[in-house]
Amino acid sequence: MTLADYPYKDIIHRCFRCGYCKFPTNWTDVNNCPAYARFRMESYSCGGRLWLIRAWLNNEIEWTDHLAEIVYSCVACKNCAEKCPLRFSDDIVDMIVAARGEMIESGSVPSAVKEFLENIQQQGNPYGNARTKRGEWAEGTGIKPYDGQEFLYYVGCVGSYDTRAKETSKALGEVLLKAGVSFGVLGNEENCDGNEVSKLGERGLFQLLAEENIQQFKDLGVKRIVTLSPHSYNAIKNDYPMFGGGFEVYHYTQLLRDLIKGGSLDVSRGLNARVTYHDPCFLGRWNGEYDVPREVLTAIPGIELVEMERNREGALCCGGGGGNFYTDFLGGSENSPARIRIREAYDTGASIVAVACPNCMTMLEDAVKAEDFEGRLEIRDISEIVGEACMVRGTE
Amino acid sequence: MFELRFDERKCVACRTGNCLAKCQYMDIDRDTAKAEMVKIFNGEDSFVLHDCVTCYACEEYCEMGNHPFYLIVERQEEMDIPPLPRPLIKRGVQIGIPFRGEPEIKEVKEPVLSMGVFSELANLVQGRLFEGISFISTDPRKMFHFFCQLMYLHYARTSVIKERLPKTIETIAKHNVKEVIFLHDECYGTFASYAPAVGIEVPFKPIHLFEYLYNRLKELKDEIKPLNLKVAYQRPCSSRLSPDKLHFVEDIFNLIGADSVKREYTGENALCCAGTIIGQRRKGSRQRAADVQRRNIEDMINAGAQVCVFNCPACWDTLASLVSEKGIKPLFMSDLCRLAIGEKPEGWG
Amino acid sequence: MESIYKSLVEIVGEEHVSTRPEELYVYSYDLGTTEPQRPDYAVAPKTTGEVQQIVKLANREKIPVVPLGGGLSLAGLAVPLRGGIALDLKRMDRIIEVNERARYVVVECGVSQGQLVSYLERHHPNLYHSEPGAPPQATIAGNIAIHGQGDLAQVYGFNSDMVNGLEVVLPTGEVCKIGSCSISPHWFTLHPLPDLGLFLGWSGTTGIITRLSLRLYPSKKIRDVEQFAVEDEELVPEVVHRITHTEMAEDIVAFSQAIPPFANELHTINIFMTADSEKELEFKKGLIWDDTLGDYIEKGDGGFVNLSPEMKFELARRPQISKTSDWKKGGGFEYVGAIMPVETYPECYRRGVEISTRHDIPYTVLGRIIGRSHAMMFSWTYAFNRADPESIRHARKALHESDDLALELGGTIWKPGVYGQKIVMEKIDPNTLQLMKKVKQLLDPNGIMNPGNWEVS
Repeated sequence: MTLADYPYKDIIHRCFRCGYCKFPTNWTDVNNCPAYARFRMESYSCGGRLWLIRAWLNNEIEWTDHLAEIVYSCVACKNCAEKCPLRFSDDIVDMIVAARGEMIESGSVPSAVKEFLENIQQQGNPYGNARTKRGEWAEGTGIKPYDGQEFLYYVGCVGSYDTRAKETSKALGEVLLKAGVSFGVLGNEENCDGNEVSKLGERGLFQLLAEENIQQFKDLGVKRIVTLSPHSYNAIKNDYPMFGGGFEVYHYTQLLRDLIKGGSLDVSRGLNARVTYHDPCFLGRWNGEYDVPREVLTAIPGIELVEMERNREGALCCGGGGGNFYTDFLGGSENSPARIRIREAYDTGASIVAVACPNCMTMLEDAVKAEDFEGRLEIRDISEIVGEACMVRGTE
Repeated sequence: MFELRFDERKCVACRTGNCLAKCQYMDIDRDTAKAEMVKIFNGEDSFVLHDCVTCYACEEYCEMGNHPFYLIVERQEEMDIPPLPRPLIKRGVQIGIPFRGEPEIKEVKEPVLSMGVFSELANLVQGRLFEGISFISTDPRKMFHFFCQLMYLHYARTSVIKERLPKTIETIAKHNVKEVIFLHDECYGTFASYAPAVGIEVPFKPIHLFEYLYNRLKELKDEIKPLNLKVAYQRPCSSRLSPDKLHFVEDIFNLIGADSVKREYTGENALCCAGTIIGQRRKGSRQRAADVQRRNIEDMINAGAQVCVFNCPACWDTLASLVSEKGIKPLFMSDLCRLAIGEKPEGWG
Repeated sequence: MESIYKSLVEIVGEEHVSTRPEELYVYSYDLGTTEPQRPDYAVAPKTTGEVQQIVKLANREKIPVVPLGGGLSLAGLAVPLRGGIALDLKRMDRIIEVNERARYVVVECGVSQGQLVSYLERHHPNLYHSEPGAPPQATIAGNIAIHGQGDLAQVYGFNSDMVNGLEVVLPTGEVCKIGSCSISPHWFTLHPLPDLGLFLGWSGTTGIITRLSLRLYPSKKIRDVEQFAVEDEELVPEVVHRITHTEMAEDIVAFSQAIPPFANELHTINIFMTADSEKELEFKKGLIWDDTLGDYIEKGDGGFVNLSPEMKFELARRPQISKTSDWKKGGGFEYVGAIMPVETYPECYRRGVEISTRHDIPYTVLGRIIGRSHAMMFSWTYAFNRADPESIRHARKALHESDDLALELGGTIWKPGVYGQKIVMEKIDPNTLQLMKKVKQLLDPNGIMNPGNWEVS
């Protein structure tokens, strides 16, 4: 494929490599791009990556494993698009995704990425686990299958299969039950939402997943969807409409905020803890939702909410996006973004890091172990925190 | 080629000389007023041409509808008595040059609202009050194609207005509209007052934003909850060009339960924001502007205002932070109206 | 080559060395018009010790070392002209110490401008440094190494005048301390020890700065800006002279540019003022606006622009956001910065317009005042489209013509690239040139430090 065929051929050369993309909003640290934080070589910064993509498409350099790794090391956190001062900044992540698309079409992607995509294609999840186990997390909770209720509770792959994340899915389900929300789940019939597939550049597979899901939802008469994961939220809300999917989509924190404010959820039991909130990229920078999760936390008596130095649109990504919670291109070092983030959280003096995303949950929990903070710093999903404050079971 | 329709006989016949006698920035009695106007329309030098701060008010004060202010600024240009230093005039003239390509003419369905050169202020036209409206001039990169040009009155450059305004009118007219609501009061004044005064044809009917808001609020009457806020109105200079629409301010306040405080500097006696006075050539202009602003704001405080209601983004830029520092909340009229129907405008609360 | 690679891996670890085409490609480029040159190794050390070992290795093996900070010189000063090791110093990013009483900060060479601005704002809000207005990735060390100037230039001079001490690794591998830090724990002064100013303005050809101490200055609560505009360029030097006499302004920058239209054929002078109270600000503003520039205003020759709070916020923001690179929709610009007498502003402007017009580039010129009108940094900026070789060629020619112009008008070129260095060396006093040669040979006998720069024949 050549530069002439590349969909962003009129823009890709406009990156000046000025480096704003490396910083958070308040300039505190030059390491707000997860890939650059990890490797600290210019090739891994957003600007470096864009220049390399252009050079590859322009035949100045050849494809290598290393090039593919650089292109796939971007976790789509959107810090760069947020900070770039130039006019084309909105297209930055799309430019990288388009380059990935080209690599996929020519069959030259890292093997971990190939595995990720094949697993989704075959088993509907990146882990390659059996479809028949997808709904297991809900056993014993009293959560019903979706059958025309007001909300479809869409769990997603990480929430369905990851051991730790499953506790989150359960906690949220139980909280919703306690609040008397009318909802159901798809269980084993649920399929991957495709957000990571889309960011990995597999356009064809994403379209397939989207269309199948849309059809499934429509057949069931689904109108309103509440998601556990911001990744699902992003895909269904922003990308599914172009394939005919027009649903009302909420991230669960938005629902919880309304339930608490409206009195359906009594959190007066409270929780005495100093808590810091980690903004998930697909809720924060991708969808502009910084306030609602904080409103939920501050509505709980006893919680002292403290902010990390980098927060809101300046938050440092946990490094779990773009499939990296599985492919792990940014792992294996004290400079892995998740570990940097955990050290930052620790410095606030908080005992709990509140997350609102199962990917963030798994990435940050691993980082707590790697940093040897076990017993001193806990990662808890907002659903679990709310669960404890309103006295539901299963919130250890 | 466009001539100001000024009738000297009307000036001679006028008994009050109120145009200049009521001026808030020059101390002029009736006889001096009449004498200076004669000098001005005869093309002679007058201290008025040097000391006028371009607040537009005499357009309203003139009882003969004879456009004294438009005449003053024409003479200032003809006789090279610019109110502002020449580099600022050059800068102002150049600001209005569109340089980012031609505008996209979209298909629109009335009612239509033009943002003028305030394309970036989309936050001012949100919510149910503006439901169903088609907006034009929404692209900040092309907004100067929709510029009403009237700002150049402050620069004594009516030649620029006459040169560029027909093109702006043409751009708006390309949308095939019969009526256009204008976000900015000065745009309204251009099409309702200035263009007719110099013989420029306007192929659409300008609608004042406040008239539109008032009628829309009446439609939503059942949703209005009285605000019970004490408000002061910051009347912009351009409002002097449409005194027939001024009543909508009080009409809206009454409708939405806003308590319009009793002020000294209100209505005909309103003080302009002084934004254009700061940089003027006349010695002491910076202090004069600061003094005008101080008196204006003190007047609001003494009257017990909680909110200062703005009409014009230029007044806002000049005064909003100043009133805010004194504990008065600045708010645009459209946002005040949104509050009344239970909406929460950006930045409020 | 293999063994050198292995040695480098042993020094910094495998993850921080690369001979792969991707790293070599990226490190071969400057962001301006300089042609790329490929290094043989891209290396990112973490400590002075590692830098020292790398330099010793390079000396043994006779391979070039090219130190790199933010890479924003735009003059190709970190392009490996003869290959060798591209030494990315940005991992050395620790802020070591802030001494509030003596008002200085000690930083490693990789600390970025943005990082320091942010750190001081949060932990020492009464102190700030002279911020150069480059993107925040620019490094403190890189900036002083090229004699940069920042937004305190009018008050305190070049950023390199604000250095209290250096730690350098010599080309022969010794680590040297310059200034009071060589004799005391305090990095508070360079003088009165014998002058060892051998490392600034040398484009990294005499050694690698690994640590430095930078003066900090009182930061006040309010930072305001006014813009004074004149049409006649001949007025600019006198206006500036008068403002500097008041000693009330902070940063003074005069600019003129074809785009956007409001700045065209006008000279706008940004005048920054800081104060701890409204009273102090009004005092300073009154002196400058009313007393000093009042008669220009009354005559109508100059005036203060009415700036909205938003515009003031944008102007006063540190670091600045620059969109210049996208003017030709092409991701590129480069400028010639020259240190010029302020009285040359009118001619610099006129000739700049002429050069730009001939090369079909919208003209952009700027003069930042250094000291009390002792000098100015005058820049001619040329935007280009990276995807259009003709556009790059034009920009390059315009840049060379501007280099020539600076010398013609009696100034000198700031951070010159290879072309600028050449014409400076052709013009400079021959004895001075020979002294430069001696210094270079003394410090770098094997010629490994950023070769291709300041090479005296």
